Amino acid sequence: MLLIHCPYCKEKRPEIEFAYAGEAHIVRPDAIAQSEMTDEEWSKFMFIRNNFRGEHAERWWHNAGCNMFFNAIRNTKTDKFVMTYKMGENRPTKTQIEAAKK
Amino acid sequence: MKFSAISLFANALSGHKKWPSQFPNKEPKKEYDVIIIGGGAHGLGAAYYLASKYGIKNVAVLEKGWIGGGNTGRNTTIIRSNYLFDESAALYDHAVDLWDGLSQELNYNVMFSKRGVLMLAHNVHDVQSFQRHVYSNRLNNVDNRWLTPEECKEFCPPLDISSSRRYPVMGGALQMRAGTARHDSVAWGYARAASKLGVDIIQNCEVTGIRRDAFGNVEGVETAKGYLKSKKVGVSAAGNTSVVMEMAGLRFPLESYPLQALVSEPIKPVFPCVVMSNAVHAYISQSDKGELVIGAGTDQYTSYSQRGALHLQEHNLMSICEIFPIFKRMRMLRSWGGVVDVTPDRSPIVGKTPVGGLYVNCGWGTGGFKATPGAANMLAYTIAHNEPHKINAPFNLDRFIGGRLIDEAAAAAVAH
Repeated sequence: MLLIHCPYCKEKRPEIEFAYAGEAHIVRPDAIAQSEMTDEEWSKFMFIRNNFRGEHAERWWHNAGCNMFFNAIRNTKTDKFVMTYKMGENRPTKTQIEAAKK
Repeated sequence: MKFSAISLFANALSGHKKWPSQFPNKEPKKEYDVIIIGGGAHGLGAAYYLASKYGIKNVAVLEKGWIGGGNTGRNTTIIRSNYLFDESAALYDHAVDLWDGLSQELNYNVMFSKRGVLMLAHNVHDVQSFQRHVYSNRLNNVDNRWLTPEECKEFCPPLDISSSRRYPVMGGALQMRAGTARHDSVAWGYARAASKLGVDIIQNCEVTGIRRDAFGNVEGVETAKGYLKSKKVGVSAAGNTSVVMEMAGLRFPLESYPLQALVSEPIKPVFPCVVMSNAVHAYISQSDKGELVIGAGTDQYTSYSQRGALHLQEHNLMSICEIFPIFKRMRMLRSWGGVVDVTPDRSPIVGKTPVGGLYVNCGWGTGGFKATPGAANMLAYTIAHNEPHKINAPFNLDRFIGGRLIDEAAAAAVAH
């Protein structure tokens, strides 16, 4: 079981308190953009995923805790969390990720 | 060397110490007609069918670890074809057709045992949806029939069908042609048979890049053992498909999850068939060694770590004890995790890719073992003809653009 640091509760809690919510930073196009999108573009938004083997940006939901969504960088080879950050914050840069590892 | 009663007898006289190795460990040649990436049973099978059915013998199978060490060796060995939709029924039933007689064809005992798969219904919704499956299967000539609780009990004596149970058995759908096989034998059998036809099986040879020519078509692969030329490359890398495809500049509609299973200590034969329960959420069978083989759903997060969380195993075993209280005091022997590549519609992708000369067999998610011979044959056919067979044509990559999804998510035996 993973131990996950919730950036809102500011503590590490067991995985059973959380629900995984898929890849992070996939922005849903607004209504105008949607009306102009091709099937290929819609398919990319809907179905295509990075599925990285390595550092992966993903959403988690603390549904049995504070009930907040947040983002995380986790290494999918080792399952180790590098960092978690609040919803709305930008995707961390490579330098930020490297810094968080130390 | 051919396996037979005579060879068994002769080798018994020498104390079984003189059996030759089953296939040579090859070093790669510089160029191949076809390269298959991934030495699981799907990839080895594709190489075997390319050589045996489609006449392409200059083939290499590249495996980054050892053959059959991925999902081929990390499943619960269940084989069935009682899928709801026409496309899936055709694909999975083609695989069951090939399972029949596979041992004879390969001259290698894959121990395919048609012991029957029973799917239990515990509520009115289950009854209705399984009966719908039974009728749909019959229209597709896939065997599947409805059993009353008493018939279920007769077929699988460890079942408790008393109505006082929390999840009473209200009936079940039984596919008699379904069953189990020995997973390692499938990989080894295909490897041995393919190798005999001239296929090179190269282990410890990770692919690190895919080279493309000026027109964008595949011209070879970079590996841990150097650059290998080939105009046709088939990818059969299961959970690592996204990683391999990225080397060709392609992104795929896949996510890789850990799927765990476990076995108990071996006991005397007590469990004659495979039982699945979607509502209570587990499935169970007994291997020929006597271990109870138990599985359920995937972990919630994507991962390539080949292990999952303990609380999923607890959940899994609670479900088994709920349906079969007689197993409450069994001890578990070992558990394992595989990395399964799941598509948005839970159906596989078998066919061509946007890159010329690059073919794919992926997205089998939690149910790839049962399809092994079928998937292998379809991949081989597609590579040989540069066109998909009519059975795998609907399972193309374009369905995610056109919207013609084959949404088998609800038809899976256990919800994932």
